[in-house]
Amino acid sequence: MSSHAPAHESASATHHGHSNGHGAGHGSLKGYVIGFLLSVILTAIPFWLVMGGVFDSKLLTAFLVMGVGVVQIVVHMIYFLHMNPRSEGGWTIMALIFTLVLVGIALAGSLWVMHHLNANMMPMSPEMMKNMP
Amino acid sequence: MFGNNTLTEFIFGRLSWQAIPYHEPILVVTFAVVALGGLALLGLITKYRLWGYLWTEWFTSVDHKKIGIMYVVLALVMLLRGFADAIMMRIQQAIAFNGSEGYLNPHHYDQIFSAHGVIMIFFMAMPFVTGLMNYIVPLQIGARDVSFPFLNNFSFWMTTAGAIIIMLSLFVGEFARTGWLAYPPLSGADYSPGVGVDYYIWGLQVAGVGTTLSGINLIATIVKMRAPGMTFMKMPVFTWTSLCTNVLIVATFPILTATLALLTLDRYVGTNFFTNDLGGNPMMYVNLIWIWGHPEVYILILPAFGIFSEVVATFCGKRLFGYASMVYATCVIMILSYIVWLHHFFTMGSGASVNAFFGITTMIISIPTGAKMFNWLFTMYRGRIRYEVPMLWTIGFMVTFVIGGMTGVMLAVPPADFVLHNSLFLIAHFHNVIIGGVVFGLLAGVNYWYPKAFGYRLDPFWGKMSFWFWLIGFYVAFMPLYVLGLMGITRRVSQFEDQSLQIWFVIAAFGAFLIALGIAAFIIQLVVSFLRRDQLRDTTGDPWDGRTLEWSTSSPPPDYNFAFTPVVHDHDSWYDMKRRGYERPLAGFKPIHMPKNTGTGLILAAISVAFAFGMIWYMWWLAALSFVAMLAVAIGHTFNYSRDFHIPAETVTATEDARSQLLAERT
Repeated sequence: MSSHAPAHESASATHHGHSNGHGAGHGSLKGYVIGFLLSVILTAIPFWLVMGGVFDSKLLTAFLVMGVGVVQIVVHMIYFLHMNPRSEGGWTIMALIFTLVLVGIALAGSLWVMHHLNANMMPMSPEMMKNMP
Repeated sequence: MFGNNTLTEFIFGRLSWQAIPYHEPILVVTFAVVALGGLALLGLITKYRLWGYLWTEWFTSVDHKKIGIMYVVLALVMLLRGFADAIMMRIQQAIAFNGSEGYLNPHHYDQIFSAHGVIMIFFMAMPFVTGLMNYIVPLQIGARDVSFPFLNNFSFWMTTAGAIIIMLSLFVGEFARTGWLAYPPLSGADYSPGVGVDYYIWGLQVAGVGTTLSGINLIATIVKMRAPGMTFMKMPVFTWTSLCTNVLIVATFPILTATLALLTLDRYVGTNFFTNDLGGNPMMYVNLIWIWGHPEVYILILPAFGIFSEVVATFCGKRLFGYASMVYATCVIMILSYIVWLHHFFTMGSGASVNAFFGITTMIISIPTGAKMFNWLFTMYRGRIRYEVPMLWTIGFMVTFVIGGMTGVMLAVPPADFVLHNSLFLIAHFHNVIIGGVVFGLLAGVNYWYPKAFGYRLDPFWGKMSFWFWLIGFYVAFMPLYVLGLMGITRRVSQFEDQSLQIWFVIAAFGAFLIALGIAAFIIQLVVSFLRRDQLRDTTGDPWDGRTLEWSTSSPPPDYNFAFTPVVHDHDSWYDMKRRGYERPLAGFKPIHMPKNTGTGLILAAISVAFAFGMIWYMWWLAALSFVAMLAVAIGHTFNYSRDFHIPAETVTATEDARSQLLAERT
């Protein structure tokens, strides 16, 4: 039954599996500098949008700020967390997609639920609210 | 400088002699008993000079097996505390009729039902589940430890720190009087100004760190450290359910942490996330906490499903029926558990479309669960069933859980839920699935894997006594609650007017008493088995004729689990190896690389308790000091480079030779 003889001392069974060649690079100075500059720019833009009062519409400003925030998240993931579709044999991207789905469910679900609740509630002014028992 | 009063306030914050509940005779007696028992225990440990042993072999251990056992010990201690709360509530409700206030005043009663829920979920079921996963998963996948052994030790101590914070509230100050999820506005600063909710928040936040980290650890272990040849579809079902559970933990516990953090801000710095006015919305808290809370119940039940799958396959001597469907059902439950949370608050008023959506998703989730039930039944069908204790628990579970599942589907119908919401029917339902599912599963797991962990089987007679008392006790205790719930009695009530209800509460209290006998029988089982350990000894490492890899090593397994990493060809790999005439390797052992013990986890957890205590009592200097200390210790630990060692080949050879001799003596 040679097929069942313990074939080898698996490296993965030890605890400091120095994972070589799994695709997640350790980054270069250039990568970090690019990431840093992009982050600075992406932080400066929302600051300017708000402080400079560029748009009259508050809603538009808010959405732009959030949009720039999302771009910044992506920048961090690529340049600082060194994520790409191949790293860790695809596990990183799988985990990312799973996370996005869950965050999507939680956010969209909460908005939906709270919106319906709001629509079904008796309209109330802040004064009435204050005088609630 | 400071006046006398300001100085005292600076040092002790809100803490004063009034916080010590010496005017409550029940608490004084409890304190006396706990103090005497604790002193006796400490005295015994000192007398037998066990401190050094406990410190080096257990407290600082990074061995997943020892950490797993410590988790289960923590869970059993907390089970006793949580059950004490339960039986106090049952007695109170059985006697508080006819204008009698019972023996618990409302202030105390409210703390008891809150503490019961918090302790049973967070500090009994969670550590129990985590403990079994910790012990079994690395063995089932042929690994020598988890991916991050130090993190594992740290997680355990953080969970314990949370438990200690909750236990402190019994004697210093008070616990929350808000129910186990602390809904605002009741839990806000206006309506709960005391320290109760703060104990709740900080206890859960500290324990939550441990739970999340252990979830990450086990995912990494299962994904990265499986034995060669063990593809995902060859993993044992318990490992599969553990994987799904830990994914749920990692994905949802951050939501709990964030929600509690927002509540903390409301209470400490006066924000208005969950208040009634100034734009706050308490329903948002309910919404968020159940986005965590519903997956949480699946976090508890999925590993139990895994245990039943292992037990059924082993004790029927058959391959599990529908392995692939079992795996897919588990994954489907994992996803679906995220989109059902609103069924906990149908009555909130979201309207028909929202309620219909969540009602339907809730009913859908019963389909994969039902598929699992049939898989177990078909595994038993024409199997050679051995009615050992774990199998009894499994059959008890199948009957009980189906009843709980059906009442669950009833509650999933929104119009029905409007009648049953927060009634005793709901209480009966979730105890039906949590006791009948989770607790039965955990006890099946303990009886099944105990010989692996300690080298001797548990005494079957007391095991059967425990099973029958639990099973009958459960039905006697909770069927009356279904009846009362249908009559419209709500939960968390401390006194009743209507005399005709009393008989049901008396029956329920009797049931709780039977469950107490079940717990006692379990403790007797542990003691009797220890005394009879020589008769019950398991020398083979495979007492049940098992099918998965944990049974291929000795009982208890050596520190390194497997001298050589096994190679897997089929699922039920140990059964496959036995069938093909596997022979243990007897020579050629190599030194084994292992992680070193460290006390850092315990130290960090101890500082966390001090931090939480400072935050709870507004002793800001203590909180700040311990926060800095925590950072210092954590950073200091990164400079500890002496983290690993090798078990020399001679030691491995000696250990394996001793086992060969044991095996040879048998035949």
